[in-house]
Amino acid sequence: MALTAALGQGRDHVVGRINGVLRRVPAWPLYIVGAVPPIWLFISGVTGGLGVDPVKVMEHQMGEWGLWLLIAGLAVTPLRRHVGLNLLKFRRAIGLLTFFYILGHLLVWLVLDVQILSQVWADILKRPYITVGMAAFVLMIPLAVTSNNRSIRRLGSKWRKLHKAVYAVAILGALHFVLLVKGFQLEPLIYLAAILFLLALRVRLPRRRRA
Amino acid sequence: MPRPWKSHFTENDVTPQGMYLSRRSLIAGAAGLGVGSIAGPALAAPQGLEPNTLEDVTNYNNYYEFGTGKTDPAENAHTLTTAPWSVKIDGLVDKPGDYALEDILKGKQIEERIYRLRCVEAWSMVIPWNGFELRALLEQVGVQSGAKYVAFETAQRPEEMPGLRYPVLDWPYREGLRLDEAMHPLTLMATGLYGQDLPNQNGAPLRLVVPWKYGFKGIKSIVRITLQEDMPFTSWNDANASEYGFYSNVNPEVRHPRWSQATERVIGAGLFGSRRDTEMFNGYGEEVASLYAGMDLQKNI
Repeated sequence: MALTAALGQGRDHVVGRINGVLRRVPAWPLYIVGAVPPIWLFISGVTGGLGVDPVKVMEHQMGEWGLWLLIAGLAVTPLRRHVGLNLLKFRRAIGLLTFFYILGHLLVWLVLDVQILSQVWADILKRPYITVGMAAFVLMIPLAVTSNNRSIRRLGSKWRKLHKAVYAVAILGALHFVLLVKGFQLEPLIYLAAILFLLALRVRLPRRRRA
Repeated sequence: MPRPWKSHFTENDVTPQGMYLSRRSLIAGAAGLGVGSIAGPALAAPQGLEPNTLEDVTNYNNYYEFGTGKTDPAENAHTLTTAPWSVKIDGLVDKPGDYALEDILKGKQIEERIYRLRCVEAWSMVIPWNGFELRALLEQVGVQSGAKYVAFETAQRPEEMPGLRYPVLDWPYREGLRLDEAMHPLTLMATGLYGQDLPNQNGAPLRLVVPWKYGFKGIKSIVRITLQEDMPFTSWNDANASEYGFYSNVNPEVRHPRWSQATERVIGAGLFGSRRDTEMFNGYGEEVASLYAGMDLQKNI
């Protein structure tokens, strides 16, 4: 018991130190850091560094990074609640970067891959994985638009409700990946499991009453 | 009997790889200098079938036994031992048995065939294959009269094929053709490409190439060929019948649940390379459409 308590204290101490350091770190550099990978990807694509099929590499990579950011954003609350780590002030940047990465993913698909507008529309309507992915993107638009202090003030408690739509975005995003791979593949299922796990951590079970 | 297939292409149409590559770099260099240049018609092969580079052909593969990523086979397939290699030929044949690859190749005329490969994932590339007609092998072993289909099987070697650890498909990979498709002069047993031995990631040492069908019908690293009366089990059809029909003829008009088949991305065309329209039977309609006379190809996908 004493050992567990000591370990718990030690952990709290470390988390406290990290929180202390993070308090002094501003959130804005995340936007600059976040802009580097897509720019690097685009330059690699133009200069032939992405192999035989650069369009697919860019498309997949942007989508995969988008999923990582989505998962990172969903991890903020459980980390605070269960570990005590406070990353809340970085969440807006993570969320907006997610939106921009998925927008990039969509643009690569539109401009570099499909290219034909009539086919784009047919794809959105007729191909379940694209329908699902597109639905996730559309759901992200109001969230991105309201990611500013003025919207938070104006919407009040409605802002919190609105931004819970990110749960649906995450599930649809993972489903998009599951549906698009051929055969039974593990990787998209791992993403789906991670997202479902992070969402499950938010469920507050009704407290058991003492008899 | 179908009429003998006359190649549209000759030896001269295959650009030697070295020359091809140097031409590529020349063009790239010119573009880089801002001179701006594209390969003129004088350099292009007939019917616009300019082969992809060896780099394209050997670094962009679907061979799920070595991983589901396009570059996984190039990274992992070196572990496959391709010599000695034998193929079990059984079922409704006069001379069943385990045939050593050398005995299969004996007396076969190895030809060069430039075919467009169209993948069900809506991309395509052009490959200069070397190989012999499958019908030559079938005639060698003697097809019996009751045979209606040919079933093929890929090697299943977990110690050499890391992809087999995952249940992506019901291993071993199996494919099949109707007998008349198998006997068609376009149907090739490839033993090489670009005039060299088939690289492992492309299905060494012996693979099927059926140019008017989606690429997955072209089963790789064949270890068994069975002549039979019933339609064979085919792996992709088993995994998802609505997307991967037994016939899987390239057909821009069949709505595919995942990829529009109306157009295809041309591999090697670069970041801004445009799409091209997919042709019925991948452009080989003149040669093969008669095989499906009276069949509804919207239903028999």
